[in-house]
Amino acid sequence: MTSITENADIRQPARSGSEHSIAIAAMAVILIVLPWTGVYPYFIMQALCFALFACAFNLLIGYGGLLSFGHAMFLGTAGYITAHAIKEWGFPPELGILAGTLAAAALGVLAGLVAIRRQGIYFAMITLALSQLLYFVYLQAKFTHGEDGIQSVPQGKLFGLFNLSQPLTLYYVVLAFFLFGFLIIYRAINSPFGEVLKSIRENEPRAISLGYRTDQYKLLAFILSGTLAGLAGAVKVLVAQNASLTDVHWTMSGEVVLIVLLGGLGTIFGPVVGAFIIIAMQQYLAGFGQWVLVIQGVIFVVCVLAFRRGIVGEIAYYTGRSL
Amino acid sequence: MGINTQALMAQLLVGLINGSFYALLSLGLAVIFGMLNIINFAHGALYMMGAFVAYFLLSIFGLNYWFALVLAPIIVGAFGMILERTMLQRLAGLDHLYGLLLTFGLALIIQGVFQNFFGSSGLPYAIPTALQGGTNLGFMFLPTYRAWVVVFSLTVCLLTWFLIEKTRLGAYLRAATENPTLVRAFGVNVPRMITLTYGLGVGLAALAGVLSAPINQVRPLMGADLIIVVFAVVVIGGMGSIMGSIVTGFMLGVLEGLTKYFYPEASNTVVFVFMVLVLLLKPSGLTGRAA
Repeated sequence: MTSITENADIRQPARSGSEHSIAIAAMAVILIVLPWTGVYPYFIMQALCFALFACAFNLLIGYGGLLSFGHAMFLGTAGYITAHAIKEWGFPPELGILAGTLAAAALGVLAGLVAIRRQGIYFAMITLALSQLLYFVYLQAKFTHGEDGIQSVPQGKLFGLFNLSQPLTLYYVVLAFFLFGFLIIYRAINSPFGEVLKSIRENEPRAISLGYRTDQYKLLAFILSGTLAGLAGAVKVLVAQNASLTDVHWTMSGEVVLIVLLGGLGTIFGPVVGAFIIIAMQQYLAGFGQWVLVIQGVIFVVCVLAFRRGIVGEIAYYTGRSL
Repeated sequence: MGINTQALMAQLLVGLINGSFYALLSLGLAVIFGMLNIINFAHGALYMMGAFVAYFLLSIFGLNYWFALVLAPIIVGAFGMILERTMLQRLAGLDHLYGLLLTFGLALIIQGVFQNFFGSSGLPYAIPTALQGGTNLGFMFLPTYRAWVVVFSLTVCLLTWFLIEKTRLGAYLRAATENPTLVRAFGVNVPRMITLTYGLGVGLAALAGVLSAPINQVRPLMGADLIIVVFAVVVIGGMGSIMGSIVTGFMLGVLEGLTKYFYPEASNTVVFVFMVLVLLLKPSGLTGRAA
């Protein structure tokens, strides 16, 4: 039985730490200059939110071997709480984001305690069912405004200083949140915690027999992943200025799986690459209606049958580096 | 609080009907999982195809409901077997999760194609003449078609149980689930059996689709939300036992029907809430043998 992440087989050279620093710095520089090259800032911001969402999801599947098919619940919950806090309670953006992220963290604790009771395929079905449960709760709750969603959320001033209705200011704030989340995940993966997580992915009974309380590690990974997915959802509210049912629907959970599968499960940069490709694809194909779904389905099928390492995973495989 | 017997019975009947679909679908999922180690995410899309095939048979070929009841499961089952031979078979030996991802992609493709051609609204499918009307039982009015769906589904479920648990073919099947290599050594063509099993599971889903066409209308997304409820049913019942799937399916349908009467706001969520309770109290599921 091979593991869900074929990319785990790629040997990590000793120099990978410093190489990663260079690659992360290069990514940051590219993202800093990108809005000056004529790329529409709104598109990059959207892609960055999805990239953070995907990185958080990848922490769970790529390193813990846990496939959550309900990650939209974190994105959507944080989005609703942030939007409600800013619009109805008059929270400043930083507190709104904090409230949304904390809500996602709390949900991570509750959902995690239920979901980690079963493994593998059941874990995927349970997370999907939990997110569908929340979908119906939000559909009926008053504060979410049902099908309409929470519209025209004011962007306000971050820390009373940065006016977020300025596109470039907003862009760098979003970028800062993305890099913050990305570095937390990178740090987690390369910590002793991350190593235990990888050992659970490879062989859970063995990890247990070595004395690790694997349930606690899995729960912690689930909470961390949910919290950062929530951060992505909270920041996304500032970009899109709304929170809607789309973000809690199962199609959103499927989309983040697709992003990570295409970019490369268990790679550091795969989710970011995948997010930019999928968001760009959606922009260009917006006029083609349901064919977007069909194309997404085809990408799923092709990736699973012939391209399981994903884009970044393939590059890593052929260059012999860990990316 | 007075209880309106008519309304309560009506909701119970709706519950039994939904329970029939849960049972037929979760049964198919369990059979497929046993042989292929794959959770078939495309099950909802194939259920929808069953309803559409019934619709096409009637509108294009003029073949009525009774033909659809036989032909739709065969046609969709054959389509499923092609999927199994061309794609699912290549996943042998890989992590289970790849099967889920692949079939999720297939579901997106199938549903997307149907949505492009038929939009999201429903196409009507008339109740066959022989099953129109109903009987007044005194305490409730029983529409003939709905009674037929419950009785027929239950019969099909029990026949499937009999096929798998009590016949020689079923014995091969169960043996191949336990140890495919050994069964192959005895000269049984296991790959062909796997393909047929997938066809059987898919056929059951298509049959549920035909049964639901006159009740729920024929819509491209009719299986999309249903499959998630069925997943919850599978988590609750576990996939270890065929009878467990059947009983759990009907039971949760009835639970949903009762909720629709006593607390309608929770009728969408009651199955999921029940799943959470089961996971907290008896993590291995009601029938116990789940991994």
